[in-house]
Amino acid sequence: MAHSGGSQTPPLTARAAGLVACPTCGRVHQAQTVHCLRCGQVLASRDGTSMQRVWAWLVAGFMAYIPANLYPMLETTTLGKTQSNTLLGGVIELVLHHSYGVAAIVFFASIVIPIGKFVAISYLALQVQRPDRNSVHLKHRMLEVVEFIGRWSMIDVFVVALLSSLVQLGSVVSVQPGIAAISFALSVVFTMLSAMSFDSRLIWDTDTKDSETA
Amino acid sequence: MDNALTPLNREVSPLSNHALADLVACPQCDTLHRLVLVAAGQKARCRRCHSVLMSPHASAMTKIVMLALTATVLMIAAITFPFLTLEARGLTQRNSVIDAILAFSSGLMLPLSLAIAGLIVVLPLMRLAAILYVLAPMAIGWAPAKGAMRAFRFAQVLKPWAMAEIFIVGVAVALVKVAGLAILTIGPAFWAFTALVLVTVLNDNFMCRLTIWRTLEARRPHL
Repeated sequence: MAHSGGSQTPPLTARAAGLVACPTCGRVHQAQTVHCLRCGQVLASRDGTSMQRVWAWLVAGFMAYIPANLYPMLETTTLGKTQSNTLLGGVIELVLHHSYGVAAIVFFASIVIPIGKFVAISYLALQVQRPDRNSVHLKHRMLEVVEFIGRWSMIDVFVVALLSSLVQLGSVVSVQPGIAAISFALSVVFTMLSAMSFDSRLIWDTDTKDSETA
Repeated sequence: MDNALTPLNREVSPLSNHALADLVACPQCDTLHRLVLVAAGQKARCRRCHSVLMSPHASAMTKIVMLALTATVLMIAAITFPFLTLEARGLTQRNSVIDAILAFSSGLMLPLSLAIAGLIVVLPLMRLAAILYVLAPMAIGWAPAKGAMRAFRFAQVLKPWAMAEIFIVGVAVALVKVAGLAILTIGPAFWAFTALVLVTVLNDNFMCRLTIWRTLEARRPHL
């Protein structure tokens, strides 16, 4: 992208201009406006409860992730023998069956993405309160990736749902969902809500402070 | 491309709410831009955080309405036709998407079953209905329907929760997991679901939120 100028004063934000912007439709209003004139959204220059909600959902998501790892996700009964698999156990079994590609997908969706989300959101939330030297573009990109990728953790929940509905062949083989399926689904939903509560404008605000003092 | 949105200087004189309609603030980073016409097929990005602010398409409203109708028909096919057929040791089982959803419908697992029904069928259908309600009258040149603003905001909120495409990947994983236990055949509903995902992606691609909001505002009947 060819920009007109090189490094200059940071661009003017709606708040710095004494205005308030609608995050839903982009409309700009006088600071005291309560409802967006275009789309009716309730306006706030910065979401004041954003950080509280981010932390609350994140902690809830983390608490739900613990039983999701400890309890069985799936119980397979083959000719009277019952075998239960945890989240990680399912991945290991796929590896033992030499389905490396699928094992990688499941491992990524149910282990890497959730843990990565906990780390990324806590880091972003902490640094909004105490900005570090990392580039704001990087942090914004992190938040975007977390928001985009978070939903994909649901894969394993859908797999459990499909298997337990498909594989019901009486005494030959049957599959039952375990309690971890619920905990894991809740964990994914809570962390999605956490990422959505994050007001990305707070990240950009740390940038303005930095360049004004520097 | 870039000159479509010119950044504002520091001195902004007090403007009335009416004059402010010509400005746009980036929803991601709050940076103000002065809005100029963006040609169809071009993208206007925020000059500070590079998020896409506008990406209008030629006759986007009609395309979106057509694609949303297609998606609705595909969704009905995906729900009602057989989805997967399973065979093991002489036993056969045929499943539709509804069966997959009802798998959890006993006792403790009921909430999970409702959640899955919501994520792969109910929320996508509600989102399609909201989009059609907002854009169908506009595509034929009428004023927006009553409550169109609320409906479009609702569609925007629903977007991350409609998980049909994730379900498709889940199906692929389930096929591999079952491969050792039984023989699986894919039914017509699976292809309907796959087509639905493609149509939804295409539809979201045509949807420029800012343009639609501005059109809604411009055509709103004055009280």
